Amino acid sequence: MIIKQLSVFLENRTGRLTELTGILAANDINISAFSIADTADYGILRMIVGRPDAAAEILREAGFAVKITDVVGMNIPHRPGGLHKALQIISDNNVAIDYMYAFASGDGKSTVVIRAESLQQLIDLLREHKMELLQEGDVYQV
Amino acid sequence: MIWNKLYECMEREELLKLQGERVSSMVQRVYDSVPFYRKKLQEKGIEPGDITTIGDLKKLPFTTKQDLRDNYPFGLFTVPHADIVRLHASSGTTGKSTVVGYTHNDIQMWSEVVARSLTMAGVGKSDLIQVAYGYGLFTGGLGLHYGAEKVGATVIPISGGNTKKQLQLMEDFGSTVLACTPSYAAYLGEALVEEKIDRKHIKLKAGIFGAEPWTEEMRSQIEQLLGIKAYDIYGLSEIIGPGVSMECHCQKGMHIFEDHFIPEIINPESGEVLPYGELGELVFTPATKEAMPLIRYRTRDLTRLHADRCECGRTLVRMEKCVGRSDDMLIIRGVNVFPSQVESVLLEMSETKPHYLLVVDRENNLDTLEIRVEIEEQFFSDEVKELEGLRKRIKANISSILGISATIRLVEPGTIERSMGKAQRVIDNRKIK
Ligand SMILES: [Zn+2]
Repeated sequence: MIIKQLSVFLENRTGRLTELTGILAANDINISAFSIADTADYGILRMIVGRPDAAAEILREAGFAVKITDVVGMNIPHRPGGLHKALQIISDNNVAIDYMYAFASGDGKSTVVIRAESLQQLIDLLREHKMELLQEGDVYQV
Repeated sequence: MIWNKLYECMEREELLKLQGERVSSMVQRVYDSVPFYRKKLQEKGIEPGDITTIGDLKKLPFTTKQDLRDNYPFGLFTVPHADIVRLHASSGTTGKSTVVGYTHNDIQMWSEVVARSLTMAGVGKSDLIQVAYGYGLFTGGLGLHYGAEKVGATVIPISGGNTKKQLQLMEDFGSTVLACTPSYAAYLGEALVEEKIDRKHIKLKAGIFGAEPWTEEMRSQIEQLLGIKAYDIYGLSEIIGPGVSMECHCQKGMHIFEDHFIPEIINPESGEVLPYGELGELVFTPATKEAMPLIRYRTRDLTRLHADRCECGRTLVRMEKCVGRSDDMLIIRGVNVFPSQVESVLLEMSETKPHYLLVVDRENNLDTLEIRVEIEEQFFSDEVKELEGLRKRIKANISSILGISATIRLVEPGTIERSMGKAQRVIDNRKIK
């Protein structure tokens, strides 16, 4: 249930992000989710892509600093209180979250990507509460 | 082992007295025989008789590389041509090359200091030393050669280049010591791996490397590739060639052979002599040279001197690895800043590599300094707080070393231009405005 996320260091330069998305597109790599954590000078781009290992390799060759990080994806129903319920479970059980971001999958569900210090603990907890976890097959390209 | 205990372990007071005598007689010699120096001393109102102790050295004027060029080729020689037995010349990358001459005694003295250097690295009679420094006008090859013969080692005068042959002889002859530039040593080490030569067939135990700047990182790389202990030797042809100073086995700086080459550290701006421990430009007075002694020659190399006694037993001062050239000095908000200081900070931090660029500017009449540092992929964290922590650590370390604060900007890997040797380390926008 662990999903590989690509993290890329990006300087805040005009066109830099476009360059990166261009490279992925040219190599037929699908981006299903992304978020950017930014400061004044640089940002950290986090993405869920179709072929994470290949994408990391291609981006490294293009000179980017890339890191593959393990995350958990959780599907939540697209209705009021859906996200709240999931977060309540996590915080009640004192699982520390480093960061999270969400994307809508289009079939009435949203997916939340979560990075936590202890991923296995998070997975066990979510399973215990019958939350729907994102499977590798849901995002990876074959 | 110490080659010459009398001079290498001489009590400091006695040594200073000896230096005073040597400088005094040298000043008399150049005054009598070199019109350039006679004029220079007269302009300063100095008579040779005014210089009697080592304390008087600071009264004397400096000699620069430009002075050597102006007196090209033989203008600074103090002896008739009949007494010169050898000439060496530096390859001047800009302008004329500089020429140095040696008498028979100079060659003897040079062999002596190189013998002392080799002994520091544990080289003795039973060693085979592969001299892969260039032989020719450059002082490296012949300098090491004569010193090694004096020690009684077996010299393999292969000179530089021809890597295959280097490796073949290293294996067939069983060379125990390698002398060359550190970059060539690293290259040979890599070639050894590529050629799949079994390390068991290589008998190397030590390397004597110098003639170009190198880092501690390079040292461990070379030591690992070649399976040796790597020693740093320092020298410049204007003073003698290799063998001006050398690391002992303690490797806490290079012992300067002060009975021949009298060192000083000066503020490169004011020329004022700085105390031991302070960073400044290294100046040498090679007082015993016969053919071409120089008064207070400015090396433009930046370093510190330490006079506390070394564990090896030698009393000679030690100089740190040079941290850069005085030509590179920047003055930012009135503080002297050397790009190499930034480099040393980054090298000491395990999370960074020394790929950096200093950008100096002026805003509202105040100098600003931005230091761009490349992110290393293995240390790239995908959390902002980690990266910000790294940035703050770099900032704190830099400001404690430079004495001024700088803005640290993390940039993508490979975005700072690098080239072999002369990478551009500074953009000073103040000069353009
Ligand atoms: Zn020592």
